Amino acid sequence: MGPADLVIEVRGLRKAYGPVVAVDGLDLEMTRGEVLALLGPNGAGKTTTVEILEGYRRRDSGHARVLGEDPQHAGAAWRARRGVVLQSCDDVVDLTVRECVHHFSHFYPAPAQPDEVIERVGLGAKRDARIRSLSGGQRRRLDVALGIVGQPELLFLDEPTTGFDPEARRGFWDLVRDLAGEGTSILLTTHYLEEAEALASRVAVISGGRLVDMGPPGELGGRHDRPAEVSWLGPDGWQRTSTHEPTRLVVQLQAAFGGEVPGLTVRRPSLEDIYLELIGAAGAEGGGAPAEGSPARRRTAPAGPPARARVGAAAKAPAEAPAEAPAGGEP
Amino acid sequence: MSATLSEGAGAGLRGAGWAPARPTVSPAKALVKASLSRGHVEVLQFFRSKDAVVFTLALPVVLLALLASILSGHVQGTSVSYSQVYVTGLLAGGLASTSFLNLGVFIATERENGGLKRLAGTPMPRAAYFLGKVVVVLITSVLEVAVLMVMGHFLYGVKFPASLGRWWVFIWVTLLGGTAMTLLGVAASSIPRSARSAGAVLNLPFLVLEFISGVFVPFTQLSHTLLDIAGIFPLRWIAEGYRSALLPSFIQQAEIGHRWDHVQMAAVMGVWCVVALVFAARTFRWTAKGEG
Ligand SMILES: Nc1ncnc2c1ncn2[C@@H]1O[C@H](COP(=O)(O)OP(=O)(O)OP(=O)(O)O)[C@@H](O)[C@H]1O
Ligand SMILES: [Mg+2]
Repeated sequence: MGPADLVIEVRGLRKAYGPVVAVDGLDLEMTRGEVLALLGPNGAGKTTTVEILEGYRRRDSGHARVLGEDPQHAGAAWRARRGVVLQSCDDVVDLTVRECVHHFSHFYPAPAQPDEVIERVGLGAKRDARIRSLSGGQRRRLDVALGIVGQPELLFLDEPTTGFDPEARRGFWDLVRDLAGEGTSILLTTHYLEEAEALASRVAVISGGRLVDMGPPGELGGRHDRPAEVSWLGPDGWQRTSTHEPTRLVVQLQAAFGGEVPGLTVRRPSLEDIYLELIGAAGAEGGGAPAEGSPARRRTAPAGPPARARVGAAAKAPAEAPAEAPAGGEP
Repeated sequence: MSATLSEGAGAGLRGAGWAPARPTVSPAKALVKASLSRGHVEVLQFFRSKDAVVFTLALPVVLLALLASILSGHVQGTSVSYSQVYVTGLLAGGLASTSFLNLGVFIATERENGGLKRLAGTPMPRAAYFLGKVVVVLITSVLEVAVLMVMGHFLYGVKFPASLGRWWVFIWVTLLGGTAMTLLGVAASSIPRSARSAGAVLNLPFLVLEFISGVFVPFTQLSHTLLDIAGIFPLRWIAEGYRSALLPSFIQQAEIGHRWDHVQMAAVMGVWCVVALVFAARTFRWTAKGEG
């Protein structure tokens, strides 16, 4: 694959806010047409990375190319080629949905039909409602509409489905799949592992500003080679075995039981298991402690140190510094 | 969310794996289109926040009524009442508050709520944002000036400009003074650290300026030192400009220079346009403090 097929090319990306190193030597590549999901605990540096690539923030060092240009210096023509859905935005409350989407469509050289975009994000029934009156999830859908109205080649979605109800999330997944099917490259961040699994062709896990692992959701952390866990209800109670050859074991069990195996389950590690393991290990080596609220903090990750120790580390980690701390520099 | 609609307008344009051919739009056309759209949306948003409209327009009106009732009488040895002087003063003050103060606070709010950031993420030509602001400020300022002028005429006997020449002064003072104060508002919007503090931060210098520029205190009652300090800034000259358009000529004896010097007024306002523009261009931030 030639470099022309790379929509994002990042090497040794670094960004610090005063003493807080948010991105610490990140390498990332994304090919055209790909859906790449960035996963990582709160404060891992996802938004910082994404906003550097969108052209909002300046990197301290490292190489970054997005759609062939340096995002820090790219102009309006480049901005027309990528769409942005920011993590948080609370503006234009006195317009209707329709007015707002039409308004933003006027900035692009080849916009989609605004009314169609409104339908696509599922706001058809709310087209004439004031934005002020929308629910949180509906507002988020409007954010998505404004991100795609310019028909971008490359779409950045920073936690796009936060606040969506389950049905809306499924609807959004369909939309993302459609966009990807049309050839749009999509970089998304999410805290929902099932979302990454449903949408992403590849997943990148970052922690403490560093890439921990990257690969297709089914292969992350060697997931496809992991032993499967087989459990069943034997004569002496529940049995559980880890094996690389679950099929063989099941056949043997079938023979032993002479038919149906009671309570049989065969389970491979879920993406969440792998994720927690990766984050736990990264937290143990580097300083990048899982911050408050992240899944790893709530559970005991298999390979990590005891939860207690990690909580202590998190309290001291620079990631916990207040956002108001003197920033490294102006944009 | 309907997946069936995805086969709409854009879907056919692209083949997977290839960048679609993008139509190129001339920069001038893009600017005009974006600016018109910005102006439209700004005006819609302003007039939809009804309380903002009412209170913006009402503030100078109420102040005029109050001040005119507090200080009665006439400028020494003339037939010009202090109420009439206040009409010209509050025309200047009203113009400055719709342009400088409201705009400064509003931009600071848009910076904090992410509105500016979102716009900056689109290919919108940056100038379109400012042109949109000019449109809304122009409309609100003209409304403000009209309301005060009508009130001044019917309640306090201020005559409409008596000649074409005076009308011309009235108009260019409004436009040039309004532009200078608008640009200053854009520049000043970067000073407060947050939207919450913007009102407090911008009000202090603005109120001081209003007091020493002859808005709240008739110019005849101010010391020369204060008027000289105020003379550095455009507001005093806007107020003087309105006096020269609306009050009888003999009152110019009471000015510090004993005459109305239109060249000087225009020069100060013009210089501030340039200074504020340069400052705004250098300091304007599209994201909140600490981001970036
Ligand atoms: N503007 C800023 N000023 C100072 N520190 C910042 C700023 N933005 C981010 N940080 C810090 O950089 C680190 C990475 O933040 P970032 O927002 O990139 O994380 P994230 O991965 O997007 O987290 P989340 O999942 O919570 O959205 C955090 O420690 C954060 O406190
Ligand atoms: Mg984030």
